[in-house]
Amino acid sequence: MTAPSPVIGIVVLLPVLASVPATAETADERVRALAAELRCVVCQNQSLLDSDADLAKDMRALIQERVAAGDTDEAIVDFLVERYGDFILLQPPFKPATWFLWLGPLAFLLLALALARTRVRRARSRRSDPDDPGTS
Amino acid sequence: MTGEIGLFALILAFGVALFQGTVPLVGAARNNANLMAVSDVSSVVLCGLVTIAIVMLGHGYVTSDFSLLNVWQNSHTLKPLIYKISGVWGNHEGSLVLWVLILAIYGAALAVFGRQVPPALRARALAIQGLIAAGFLAFSIFTSNPFARLVPVPIEGMGLNPILQDPGLAFHPPCLYMGYVGLSVAFSFAIAGLLGKEIDSTWAKLARPWVLLAWCFLTAGIALGSWWAYYELGWGGWWFWDPVENASFIPWLIATALLHSLRVAEKRDTLKAWTLLLCITGFSLSLLGTFLVRSGAITSVHTFASDPARGLFILAFLAAVTGGAFALFAVRAPRIRAEGLFEPVSREGALLLNNVFFGAAAATVLLGTLYPIFMEVAGSPPVSVGPPYYNAVFLPIAIPAIVLAAMGPAIPWKRADLPGVLHRMRFAAACAVGAAVLTGVLQRDPVPMALAGYGLAAFLAAGTVRQWLARLRPARSPRRLLRRVRSLPASAHGMALAHMGVAVLVVGVTASSTARVDVEQVMHPGEALSLAGHSIEFAGVEDVEGPNYTALQGRFLVTGPSGSATTLLPERRAYLASGTATTEAAILETFVGDIYVVLGDPVADGGWGTRLTFNPLIWWIWGGAFLSVLGGAVSIAERTRPRMYAAGAQSASVQPA
Repeated sequence: MTAPSPVIGIVVLLPVLASVPATAETADERVRALAAELRCVVCQNQSLLDSDADLAKDMRALIQERVAAGDTDEAIVDFLVERYGDFILLQPPFKPATWFLWLGPLAFLLLALALARTRVRRARSRRSDPDDPGTS
Repeated sequence: MTGEIGLFALILAFGVALFQGTVPLVGAARNNANLMAVSDVSSVVLCGLVTIAIVMLGHGYVTSDFSLLNVWQNSHTLKPLIYKISGVWGNHEGSLVLWVLILAIYGAALAVFGRQVPPALRARALAIQGLIAAGFLAFSIFTSNPFARLVPVPIEGMGLNPILQDPGLAFHPPCLYMGYVGLSVAFSFAIAGLLGKEIDSTWAKLARPWVLLAWCFLTAGIALGSWWAYYELGWGGWWFWDPVENASFIPWLIATALLHSLRVAEKRDTLKAWTLLLCITGFSLSLLGTFLVRSGAITSVHTFASDPARGLFILAFLAAVTGGAFALFAVRAPRIRAEGLFEPVSREGALLLNNVFFGAAAATVLLGTLYPIFMEVAGSPPVSVGPPYYNAVFLPIAIPAIVLAAMGPAIPWKRADLPGVLHRMRFAAACAVGAAVLTGVLQRDPVPMALAGYGLAAFLAAGTVRQWLARLRPARSPRRLLRRVRSLPASAHGMALAHMGVAVLVVGVTASSTARVDVEQVMHPGEALSLAGHSIEFAGVEDVEGPNYTALQGRFLVTGPSGSATTLLPERRAYLASGTATTEAAILETFVGDIYVVLGDPVADGGWGTRLTFNPLIWWIWGGAFLSVLGGAVSIAERTRPRMYAAGAQSASVQPA
C-alpha cells in the first residue's frame, strides 16, 4: 500500500538482512526448527510449525516442554518417532526402504549425463575431421 | 432445461471429437485434402459445443439452480457473484468441463492460426487433439456428469469450500489448465510428426510457439497458485512441495527442458528423437498429475472428489495415451536421422546439459511425490517426503542449472573454445564475487545459502545482461542501436528476460529463506512491537460480518520507517454454510518485503495469539516469475514477423557473441 522509496527501503533492508541469527540458538528457535522438520500427523502436508490443528499445538507444547527440560534435539525426535513412526519425519530417514528415494536423484543425474555423453560421442564418431581439440 | 442443453452439447461434442479424431487421419494417410480439411471445421465446432456446455453450467451457478446436483453441492445463494462464476471449476465435474474447453480452444486456435502448418501435419495434430478430447468428454459424460439432476430441488446449496472463495480461484485454475492442456499441442505435434515421418527443423519451428504458449501459462499458473497459497493459507510460505504442487511442477520442468531442446532441433536439426520424447512425456505427466489429484491417490486441498471409478478411468486413459505414444515412438524414432555435428562445448551442448539437469530434476520430484504411494502399495510403514528432502536433493541440481543458464548464451553454436567462453564470463564472475562479498560484509555472520544465493543471482543477471548487450554491440549510434534491437530475433530478448526473471526469483528465494523474521507471541490490545524497522501496534479485535461469513477481525497499526501508517486487518472467518473456519492473513507489501500478520486464538487474560512475519523481498519471487512469463511471451512473437529478423537470425546462429 505505502511504498517507501527504494533508497529508504535498502537502508532498512540492510540491517534486517544482517540480523540473520547466529548459530547459538535460543530455546524458542530450537522449538521452531524442530517443529518445521516434523509433520502434523492429522494434516495434509503441513509441518507442526505451520499447522493450526489442535494436535499440532499440543505437540508444539510437548516439544517446548522437552526443550525446557533440557532434552537434546535427537532425544526429542527419537521420542516422537517411537510414538508416530517415520511418518512424522518430513525428512525421511536413510534406511534400506528409502535407499532408492535418497540415491535416486543422483542416479538420475548420472544416467542423464551418461546418455548425453553417448549422444555427443556418437555424433563425434561420425565426424569426418578426426583432429578435434575440444575435450570435456 | 439449460442443464439438458448443456449435457446434449457435451454428447454432441463427444461425437464431433470422435469424428475429428478419425477422419482427418484417414485423409492424411490417403493424402485426401478434403478429408484433411474437416479437421479445421470440426475443431471450431467442438470448441463451440463445449463453450455452450460450460455457459449452461455457469448459468446454473449464477441463477443458483439447485436442481443441478453439482450446483447444489458447490454453491450457495449468499455467495458473491464472482465466486458463483469461478465456482463452476471449483469442483471435479466443472473443472473437467473447463479442461475440455481449453483443449478445444487450443484445437480451434491451431485450426485458425496454424495456417502455415502443412495440411497433413495439421490434420494429424488436430485428429490427436480430437481423440484426447473424446477421451475426456467420455470421462465427463460417463463418470462425472456436471448436469446430473436432483429431485426434490433443495432450497439452499451446500456452499463452496471457503478456501476456494478467493479471487485466486478465478485465475489460478484456468491459467494452470491452459498450461497443462497446452502441452497436449506439443504431444499432438509429436505424434503427428511421427505418423507423417516429418520430424525436422521446420517441425520444431512450428511446434515451438505452442510449447512457449503452454509454458507461459503453466509458469503463470504455478506462480499464481504459489501466491494464492502464500496469502490464503496463512503460513507465510510460498512453496510447500505439496504433491499437487509437484503434479504441476513436474510437467513444468519437462516443458522447460522441451523449450531448450526444441531450440537445438530447430537450429541444428538434431536431438529430434529426444525432443519428441519430451513432448510425449510432458503431456503424459500432465495426465499423471490429473490422475494423482483426481483419483484421491494423494490427498490435499485440491482433491475435490476422490472416487476410485474416476481414478481408474484416468489411469486407463493415461495408459492408452502414454502406451500408444511410446509404442509409436519406439517404432518410428530409430528412423529419425540426426544431422550435423555435436560438440560438447557448444550452444547445443549447453542446451543438452540443460536437459540433463531438468530431466533429472523432473525425475527427482516425481520420485519424491510417488515414493509414499510406492511404500503404501508395498505394505511398508508410511513415510513422509517433505520439504527438507526436496531442499536436500533439488538444490544440488538447481544450482548448476542456474550457472549453466548464465553461461549457455555466451557459447556459440557448433563449436566454441572454452577459454573464449570463460573470458566472456569474467564480468559475470566478478559480479557474483562482488555480490557474495557484499553479503558477507553486510551480514556479520552470513549463512552459506545467502552467499551462494546472491552470488548465483548476480552471476546469472550479469551474464544475461552482458550477452544481451554483446548482441547489440555493432550499433554505435542510438538510432542504429534501436535498429539493432529490432532486428534481433524476438527470442534473443525473450531469453534475456526469462533468464533475468530466474535471477530475480533466486534473489527473492534467497532473501525470504535466509532473512525471514518470525515473531509468534501473545499480544494484548495496546501492545506494540518492532519488526524489521516497522512499529506494529495491536489495537484489538472486533466482530465483523461478511456476505456469507462472520469473522473476528484484528486491528494492527503498522508504522513504517518513513513514518507512513497503515492498518492491517487479519481475520478469522467462520463460514455460515459449512461452518468451516479460515484464517485470513493481512499483508503489508513494501519495497523491502512483506509484513505478514496472522491473528491466532484468544488467551484467557484478554490477549490474542499473533504471528507476525517479515518476509524480505518475497515479491521478487513472483516478480521473477512474471519476467520469465513476459520473456516467453516475447519469444512467441518471433514467429509473427519472420521477414524482419530473418537476416539477423542467420548471422546470430553462427556468431551470437
